[in-house]
Amino acid sequence: MKDIQELILRTVSDAVIEEKQKLTVTVEPKQLHPLLQALYNNTKLPFDYLISLIGMDWGEKLGVIYLLSSSKDLSKELVVMTATADRENPLLYSVTDLYETAHLNEREVYAMFGIRFINNPDMRRFLLNDDWVGFPFRKDYNDDAKLNPVNIITKDIPDMSPRIMETADGKLIEETVPVFEEDDYIINIGPQHPSTHGVMHFRTALDGEIVKKIDVNSGYIHRGIEKLCETMTYPQILHFTDRLDYLSAGMNRHALCMCVEKAAGIEVPKRAEYIRVIMDELNRISSHLIAWAAHCNDLGSTTAFIYGVREREHILDIFDKTCGGRLIINQNVVGGVMFDIYPDFQKDVKAFIPYMREKLVEYDRFFSHNAIALGRMKKVGNLSKEDAISYGVTGPAGRGSGWSCDVRKHKPYSLYSQVEFKEIIRTTGDSYSRYLNRLDEIEEALHIIEQLIDNIPDGDVCAKVKPIIRLPEGQYFQSVEAGKGEFGVFIESRGDKNPYRVKFRSPSMAAVSVMPILSKGEKIADLINISGSLDFVIPDIDR
Amino acid sequence: MDVNKIYIKGIAGEDFKDNDTLQQYIDELNAGGTNVIVGKLDELIDWGRANSLWPLAFATSCCGIEFMAAAAAHYDLARFGMEVTRNSPRQADLMVVAGTIVNKMGPLLRRVYDQMAEPKYVVAMGGCAISGGPFVNSYNVVNGADKIIPVDVYIPGCPPRPESLFYGLLQLQRKVKVDRFFHNQRPVREYNPDTLIDPKTGEIIDTKTNPDK
Repeated sequence: MKDIQELILRTVSDAVIEEKQKLTVTVEPKQLHPLLQALYNNTKLPFDYLISLIGMDWGEKLGVIYLLSSSKDLSKELVVMTATADRENPLLYSVTDLYETAHLNEREVYAMFGIRFINNPDMRRFLLNDDWVGFPFRKDYNDDAKLNPVNIITKDIPDMSPRIMETADGKLIEETVPVFEEDDYIINIGPQHPSTHGVMHFRTALDGEIVKKIDVNSGYIHRGIEKLCETMTYPQILHFTDRLDYLSAGMNRHALCMCVEKAAGIEVPKRAEYIRVIMDELNRISSHLIAWAAHCNDLGSTTAFIYGVREREHILDIFDKTCGGRLIINQNVVGGVMFDIYPDFQKDVKAFIPYMREKLVEYDRFFSHNAIALGRMKKVGNLSKEDAISYGVTGPAGRGSGWSCDVRKHKPYSLYSQVEFKEIIRTTGDSYSRYLNRLDEIEEALHIIEQLIDNIPDGDVCAKVKPIIRLPEGQYFQSVEAGKGEFGVFIESRGDKNPYRVKFRSPSMAAVSVMPILSKGEKIADLINISGSLDFVIPDIDR
Repeated sequence: MDVNKIYIKGIAGEDFKDNDTLQQYIDELNAGGTNVIVGKLDELIDWGRANSLWPLAFATSCCGIEFMAAAAAHYDLARFGMEVTRNSPRQADLMVVAGTIVNKMGPLLRRVYDQMAEPKYVVAMGGCAISGGPFVNSYNVVNGADKIIPVDVYIPGCPPRPESLFYGLLQLQRKVKVDRFFHNQRPVREYNPDTLIDPKTGEIIDTKTNPDK
């Protein structure tokens, strides 16, 4: 990272570089874009993957934190910060031309903090309605319910998107451009639609049967979790992570627990680590099973749906016996796990492994080579490796496009450096490769469980932790590989018992942001198939 | 916020198992002053209706997955005649509100409800649909689906297990059985007007005086 520091100083001479948990660079808003451009174009280690774009309200200043990484080496991370003191009309420069994933994130920052981004082609609010009064994530937000009342009258969705563009001679032009063309035929898919996997709303412009353009309209389940976290103590916010991506509940919670543990310097007992990883992998299998089942259901195979949920019930039974939860397992706590495993845990898990393997063969036999399934999935929804990196699509979908992005391999946490497993990578990038990746990852997860299940050491399952945890001042990051991709937690602490700001990096948001490019030019029936193959969970997008 | 010792008072298991009292209550309600012929016809129609409630899963979040699990082979919702989950509100008798309802979703929930044909019933599944659940303090969460539409049965849990979903749905069946098709004596369900504020005038919408709104 020495040469990176030199590069930063060469580009922006007055940048402030600090060694915190990660290398942190603070620059003025004007210098941000040139700096990120230089980092992006660095040939040896290009910082071409924007993990997370975090809006911040530091009191007197409003700003953005960029967490960058390189697609070549995910373990190299860099934090870039910028801020503006203008609270009335805050303007920052957009980085959408470098990282496509910034587009939806910047729109979210606008809705939550009121920061507008120059050169972002579409600056409508994301997640919230256009007529929302105030910016909820600002510290001085007025949360009087009368300002934003619940109403029962459906409003029209505006088709004009405002934007601010900078001309070559440095002038700012404010303008509005139409989202769709004048004579476009637009249909609404969602928000109450059985095949959008939740309350997603795609406004789809069609040319006959061919999709011309998709406008992603989300926020029908935006619950303001990150804002709620700011009023709660660390152990109290744990349960929110389970309700983000509920299919990988345990893994999300693992990320937050690790983030707090690392910041507070809490040592987790070995036994707890083993239980965590085994539960994580079981959770991953159940997540992939639902993804597989729902994807097959989207392609018309209801039998597959029933099969997938049937196998999942075996995992849920194990969860149920361990900690009393089925879907949302309240197992991880700061310092370890809440409940020890039950006496027959090993026996049950060991019985499940061969059962699941047998069923994987069955799945393969009756659906993976089915002529209709192949016709619907092969060469449909092609995602190139460049796009996957630019949009930040990780998980089985990113690895289906040939990008090695498994957090367990590149930034090993917990016990993942000690277990042996393959990272499943396919290079075709179509729906079928994403489909196959999930089935193969189930096999790898079984392999990981096999290595750990007989070696669970004796001892405590939870370290002694005070009920109120105060994290030292600073910024803390932690990523895990959840069922859908890289799930990240960011905490900024000011030394209080509750966090100053919490942000979750959502893998599903990246997945849904590629929907417009994947489905462009495809048939409308394949839109459902593509969204099934990307496997996003809406509460994870909306948070 | 202070963290003190919190404990939740348990509910006695017997309370859940006492179905005989409820059944007796239904019989009494049905028997009181009923015409012999019309009463029997009512019973027949209610029997048919109660055992073929077609649900519309208004699944916004986690509870939707538990609803899916309940509909699949292991728990098998078909045992109660409810396996035909309709995706069109026009074909559904029962709306299962499974998940958080937020401000942006409010109008759409009402719209889907209004599209359903009478007689229609609503089940609020899970803490969020009952009261806002863990997100009750959020700026964007509606504190319960009953702020927007009338609710018949509330099923607590976060998310409720399929067993509790079934318990709630069986209670709904009992409720359906006291309906009277020929007397039109269905229990009156009122809208909760507390939060229904007209965005233009800022006035509270009273559904009794302005039924079109």
